[in-house]
Amino acid sequence: MSSRTERAPITQEKETVQTWDIIILEEVCKGCAFCHTFCPRDVLEQSDTFNAKGHYPPRVKAIERCVGCKLCEAVCPDFAIFVKERSPSKR
Amino acid sequence: MTATTQSKPSQEEHPITRYVRKDRIPHIYCPACGIGIVLTAFATALDNLKFDIDKLTVVSGIGCTGRASGYFEADGFHTTHGRPIPFATGVKVANPELKPVVISGDGDLFAIGGNHFIHAARRNVDMLVLCINNFMYGMTGGQQGPTTPTGAITSTTRFGNIENPFNLVSLAASAGAVYVARWTVLHARRLAKSIEKALQKDGFTFIEAVSPCPTLYDRHNRFGSGLDVLKLYKEISVIRNFSDPMKAEIDYSTRIVCGEFVDEEKPEFTQRLAEQSARLQKR
Ligand SMILES: Cc1ncc(C[n+]2csc(CCOP(=O)(O)OP(=O)(O)O)c2C)c(N)n1
Ligand code: SF4
Ligand code: SF4
Ligand code: SF4
Ligand SMILES: [Mg+2]
Repeated sequence: MSSRTERAPITQEKETVQTWDIIILEEVCKGCAFCHTFCPRDVLEQSDTFNAKGHYPPRVKAIERCVGCKLCEAVCPDFAIFVKERSPSKR
Repeated sequence: MTATTQSKPSQEEHPITRYVRKDRIPHIYCPACGIGIVLTAFATALDNLKFDIDKLTVVSGIGCTGRASGYFEADGFHTTHGRPIPFATGVKVANPELKPVVISGDGDLFAIGGNHFIHAARRNVDMLVLCINNFMYGMTGGQQGPTTPTGAITSTTRFGNIENPFNLVSLAASAGAVYVARWTVLHARRLAKSIEKALQKDGFTFIEAVSPCPTLYDRHNRFGSGLDVLKLYKEISVIRNFSDPMKAEIDYSTRIVCGEFVDEEKPEFTQRLAEQSARLQKR
């Protein structure tokens, strides 16, 4: 772009920014279902495969809905799920 | 241990597990047992406060809850049944720099350890007592204890409990605790906040965490799975901060009144002890 009057169009599409990561430690999960039942934003669901102990861990269904409230982390009795804020450079 | 996420990383470490002995995880608790939620709340509170682990002593008695002291990356002691509070008192008197935290069950703290509880509260010895109330003796097979509701089925009350239960928050308040709160394990974030608050107070503080025992109590009384019990908590619990603890109902068929009930300041035991010995040494 050489001319002073010419410029790239403004991107109209709003970028979806992912602020949170949900980390699930599948092998220590005991499948109680607390995290995906009580998530206020319906971000998680039960996965359809089980771990080595026969428990069904959660999986992420809609990360864009996550507000980072950490309720899933707090109600997990087994240190099996936690929430991490993404560094701005990776969003 | 595999870590997965739809959104990325792998091999991540749970942020609060730096307060937890990772070689002991997964812990022994049954799936959906509430004790683990209280351990998480405690570790979260330590993490939020950046609590100096060298100033902490975690003490517990005997029971499923009694295993708690073994899971933290802090000095601690797994005492004999009923004796975590006298042990914690000894810790505090010997080294007032330390903050003893007692994590134990309703049976351990209020049956065999009942007198220790009321007198430590009366003396206002600086410590946090975190009681997981699952309404009976879990570890030994679900026997009736001092918080078992009237009418409840346990392995020793097959036709229904004929005794009256203690209301723990009322007991703690009348015995002299400077901070008293009750939460169910579903109130996990409020519980962690409450633990943070109690850790910063100077005096005898008490928090009751109402918890499911899906393996024994909830099965005997047909409350369903741990998930069903947490759903019940969501339905029946109300928060009434600073209401009369005597009136703080705790009944699965009607209501569980949660909240903070007492938050006050009073002279602490080991401080009075130090002041008196300084005075006497001057004579
Ligand atoms: C002196 C003595 N008496 C009895 C016992 C048996 N016993 C072990 S744990 C326990 C009760 C535990 O109940 P609670 O404190 O509510 O813990 P929970 O397992 O419910 O978490 C009893 C009676 C013991 N270990 N020592
Ligand atoms: S942080 Fe909150 S919104 Fe996000 S998954 Fe966990 S419970 Fe749901
Ligand atoms: S709360 Fe924890 S143990 Fe329960 S299903 Fe979720 S990740 Fe698994
Ligand atoms: S017996 Fe009850 S209290 Fe003990 S670990 Fe199992 S569910 Fe928890
Ligand atoms: Mg008990």
